[in-house]
Amino acid sequence: MSMLALNRANYQRRKLGSIAMNLACTLAAMIGIVFLALILITLLQKGLAGLSLSVFTENMRARGGGLGNAILGSLIQTGLGALMGTPLGMAAGVYLAEVGHNSRFAAVVRFVNDILLSAPSVLIGLFVYQLVVLPMHGFSGFAGSVALALLAMPVIARTTEDILKLVPDSYREGSIALGAREATTVGRVIIPAAFGGILTGILLAVARISGETAPLIFTSFNSFNWSSDLTKPMASLPIAIYRNAQSPYPELVQLAWTGALIITFGVLLFNILSRLSHHFISGRR
Amino acid sequence: MTAIPIEGSRKFHLGDSAFKALLLLAALIILATLGAILVILFLAGRLAFQQFGLPFLWTDAWDPVRDVYGALSPIIGTLASSALALVLAWPVGFGIAYFLTETCPKFLRTPLGVAVELLAAIPSIVYGMWGLFVMAPLIADPIQPWITANAWMIWIAAIIALYFAFSGVVGSALGRTGLARIANGVFLLGALAAIGYFAWFRTDLPVLPSLDNPFWWWFQGGAIGGAGLFTAAVVLAIMILPFIAATSRDVLLTTPQLLKDGGYAMGATRWEVLTGIVIPAVRGSLFGAVFLGLGRALGETMAVTFVIGNATRAPDSFFAPTTSIAALVANSFPEAVNGSLKQGSLFALGFILFVVSFLVLAMARLLLRQGRMTG
Repeated sequence: MSMLALNRANYQRRKLGSIAMNLACTLAAMIGIVFLALILITLLQKGLAGLSLSVFTENMRARGGGLGNAILGSLIQTGLGALMGTPLGMAAGVYLAEVGHNSRFAAVVRFVNDILLSAPSVLIGLFVYQLVVLPMHGFSGFAGSVALALLAMPVIARTTEDILKLVPDSYREGSIALGAREATTVGRVIIPAAFGGILTGILLAVARISGETAPLIFTSFNSFNWSSDLTKPMASLPIAIYRNAQSPYPELVQLAWTGALIITFGVLLFNILSRLSHHFISGRR
Repeated sequence: MTAIPIEGSRKFHLGDSAFKALLLLAALIILATLGAILVILFLAGRLAFQQFGLPFLWTDAWDPVRDVYGALSPIIGTLASSALALVLAWPVGFGIAYFLTETCPKFLRTPLGVAVELLAAIPSIVYGMWGLFVMAPLIADPIQPWITANAWMIWIAAIIALYFAFSGVVGSALGRTGLARIANGVFLLGALAAIGYFAWFRTDLPVLPSLDNPFWWWFQGGAIGGAGLFTAAVVLAIMILPFIAATSRDVLLTTPQLLKDGGYAMGATRWEVLTGIVIPAVRGSLFGAVFLGLGRALGETMAVTFVIGNATRAPDSFFAPTTSIAALVANSFPEAVNGSLKQGSLFALGFILFVVSFLVLAMARLLLRQGRMTG
């Protein structure tokens, strides 16, 4: 009887301890979520105040102006970066999933890809400075695109491999049984089956590279002109934010907030699109 | 039996091997990229390595006028801001992960999880701007003066936290043995003595005196406008928070439900299941998540550049303005003359950062992979 009472007291104590720790964790979660919500609220407040048509139609100037040429530059460089990074990343992902499998070489490639995935992006900028900017004798939109492509490649390789692994082996066996060669199997059967997932990876990569700032400082630099010439320095939205935020003029700081809002909105949009593509396209097949 | 010759089989074969060769080429490009980054950064930085030799690593100098450069202060700034950011972010990030996997109401689980993942995708420049315009002024005015005035309370809180961390480590390493009790007792006595010191003198802790500053203190000093090591660490912590939360949640989710159910069936409480079953099962992967966050913090540029103060000297308090490798490169590279010693030194710094992040990220991947096999 007394043993039972003792056990009950002990259990009460343990339970109280557990509840206390659960509360602590919940509290930690609340603190974190509140902080992150605060950032979004500040961004909306300050960014919306400066949102107008002229932000999109006017180019950057030393004072005043807009972000139009920076948005155009970002679209060009992100687009070209994705265009160059996607085939490389996809091919590497297909290699890992369909050819390399569990070989030692594939394991090394996978490991290196994972490292590249989270390597400091500022160093990719330094690398491309030596690789492209110096040989071409100057900053250029092309150099910026190469840096972004190098950042997109590992993301796409990783997601492609992960998604191809989910395609059932019976698809491969069926295709081979019909006499299809490997290229046909991959191109006509496996990639279409995993299309939604691959698209997810590409959209995620676009979301990631569209917000990258550090690698562009030493590659595409900046420009005040509406320029789509890939051999000349090119403006980009992240660099515009970086420069304007440090300026002493309030209207440029305002433009930086608006730019930050636009870029956050764009990145979130691409992230949500990638989720939707995963949901709908893979769900349908 | 002999192989049946198939018509056109040679062409067939050629197409396939060309296809495979193309795929192999892409895989080789990934390997080559990593190798090329290492080699090119090293070659571009060899000017500095030749000029200063190995002491480059521990020389505290960054003087463009005299053309003398050393890596010590950016290295210390990088390590200190990242470590401090991890200390601030990990408990909260793990709390979010635990909340999302265990205690959160079911209907909130998916939306909150997605929200955390979306926050991890926000570009770091946005966090940097927020730090510059919102966090730094807050730290300059109410936060830093309060901490400076009440440093002794912070120390007492830190000692208490340290005591719990220590007894947790001792408990998991030694179990409930006599040795563990002795170690705990000794540590408790030391902690009580330290708490007594801070409560009695109500002062900050002096750190080793240096030449130009005979006594400096952990929580004194600081920068105008709130830009400094502490601000950088706070902004970094907020930036890596969703990342750590998302990875830790994925790790916690890998624990088989059967194991947890076994624990509950034995009458264990939720917290006991976490500390006794879930954490031991996925310990490696949890450390992997931490290392992944560290790798991110080490190379982070934009969130740090705005708020670290960009002073090229080693920090002499938590609030002192300093710099990190990434911030120094982003700030100084555009004005460095091509082929100059300064540019070479910046490339050398880049090489050092790449090697350090490579080691940290490799560690993270090994830990995560190990966890995946057991967990």
